[in-house]
Amino acid sequence: MQLEAKKISFRYQKNSPWILKDVDLTVQAGERVALLGPSGYGKSTLAKILAGYENPVKGEVFWDGAPLPKKGFCPVQMIGQHPEKAVNPRWKMARIVNEGWQADEQTLRELGIEKAWMNRWPSELSGGELQRFCIARALGPKTKFLICDEISTMLDVITQAQIWQKVLAAAQKGGLGLLVVTHNKALAARVCERIIELPKLNRPS
Amino acid sequence: MEEKQEKMALLDVQKLRVSFDMYERGLQKKELEVLHELSLRVYPGEILAVAGASGSGKSILAHAVMGILPGNARTEGEIRYRGELLDRKRQESIRGKEIAFIPQSVEYLDPLMRVDRQVMGIRGAKEKQETAFARYHLGKEVERMYPFQLSGGMARRVLISTAVMEEARLIVADEPTPGLNAEMAMETLQNFRELADEGCGVLLITHDIDLAFQAADRIAVFYAGTIVEIASVADFLAGKEALRHPYSKAFIDALPQNDFKPIEGFQPYAGNLPKGCLFAPRCPMRSGECEKEIAMRKIRDGEVRCVHAT
Repeated sequence: MQLEAKKISFRYQKNSPWILKDVDLTVQAGERVALLGPSGYGKSTLAKILAGYENPVKGEVFWDGAPLPKKGFCPVQMIGQHPEKAVNPRWKMARIVNEGWQADEQTLRELGIEKAWMNRWPSELSGGELQRFCIARALGPKTKFLICDEISTMLDVITQAQIWQKVLAAAQKGGLGLLVVTHNKALAARVCERIIELPKLNRPS
Repeated sequence: MEEKQEKMALLDVQKLRVSFDMYERGLQKKELEVLHELSLRVYPGEILAVAGASGSGKSILAHAVMGILPGNARTEGEIRYRGELLDRKRQESIRGKEIAFIPQSVEYLDPLMRVDRQVMGIRGAKEKQETAFARYHLGKEVERMYPFQLSGGMARRVLISTAVMEEARLIVADEPTPGLNAEMAMETLQNFRELADEGCGVLLITHDIDLAFQAADRIAVFYAGTIVEIASVADFLAGKEALRHPYSKAFIDALPQNDFKPIEGFQPYAGNLPKGCLFAPRCPMRSGECEKEIAMRKIRDGEVRCVHAT
């Protein structure tokens, strides 16, 4: 199984410059790949396209040979940079974390999610705590591929290491493919087996 | 304050406490202390980096120094600038002149004003603005632009230009580098280095410890609203044996270029702090003494807030 992006091109409007142009990328299940590149080069846009949050202007994304499903649980899940923007502020945490699957005790415990937090609103938790919920939410049994877009940039290095140990353990256990968007080269080298520089894949006009 | 300093500190913050009045439910008022007995000094010619997690109160420190905390904030303790008390009146009269602030967000620029006008401000001269722009590689065409026309890096350099318009002696920079690529971030830090070498003091607030390693002279480690250790960058680069506080040591272990090994637990909430040492619940060296008030003390040319530190 593999996640395959074929000739992905993206721009916001007709006549505006291409952000992504003919990007090809293949990542195998079980593989851990880092995507590096300067800010403003379209890393997050590519991540969103690969996870089905954004449609490319041209090109297609395939998981296991088929286009990403438009309905139901997407096997390619994304965790973003701003957890506070990825949760419904009017839902309590228990509802948020169980939206895609019934998160089991062990996952919650390993991510350091305390029982008392389940009854809180998102605004009552810090960014690092919310991010743990976003990770737990994405680690359901139907998830086959995980896209991590700067998931630890806003965290201190200890929380960063905590969170990555859990993500790596889950990826190992479930044989997940991992695409890690980051600007931190040391982190990329630590977490991933293969490093891709987006400017080398991308040929915007 | 007991020890005599060879050099007078430019900025001397002693036992600063900041709390916010918050309404919990209806009219029930609650006081939430977010900075706890924080002390630090910035000397002329040095860059002191304040590093720590987001949400640990670093920006509040900057805002307290500048006197721009919101109305529901209360401060205790002392802030001195060049030996004299920096009260509200003095803050208002010297900020923007002797003390320059580089805010965290480029959204602090006025979106409806061309950038040359904003950089000149109400006192600045055109020539000075031109010199500042030349210094930070901002072309002539940038002068007439509005903020939305600037790239992130250009906007950062515009903000830095405003800080050098007057002859500031103290620069307070709040997260000046996010959104810049590595080269641009290094260049920004190089600019601070130059200003420090010219005799300015720089208080550099950042959550990027790697940048702090590269630019600063000393680093203050922030945890849960206070400073747990202040040490020279050399100590941080030498590794955890050279550091004093167990949190700073854990910090070094957790870096991806080192062991990438985390410790358990979380930074406590402002509203739900442990007694005594704020780090004690996660600390391997915890003992009964840790529940007492812990004061900052000097060890090996650094300062630490831990009874066990050696």
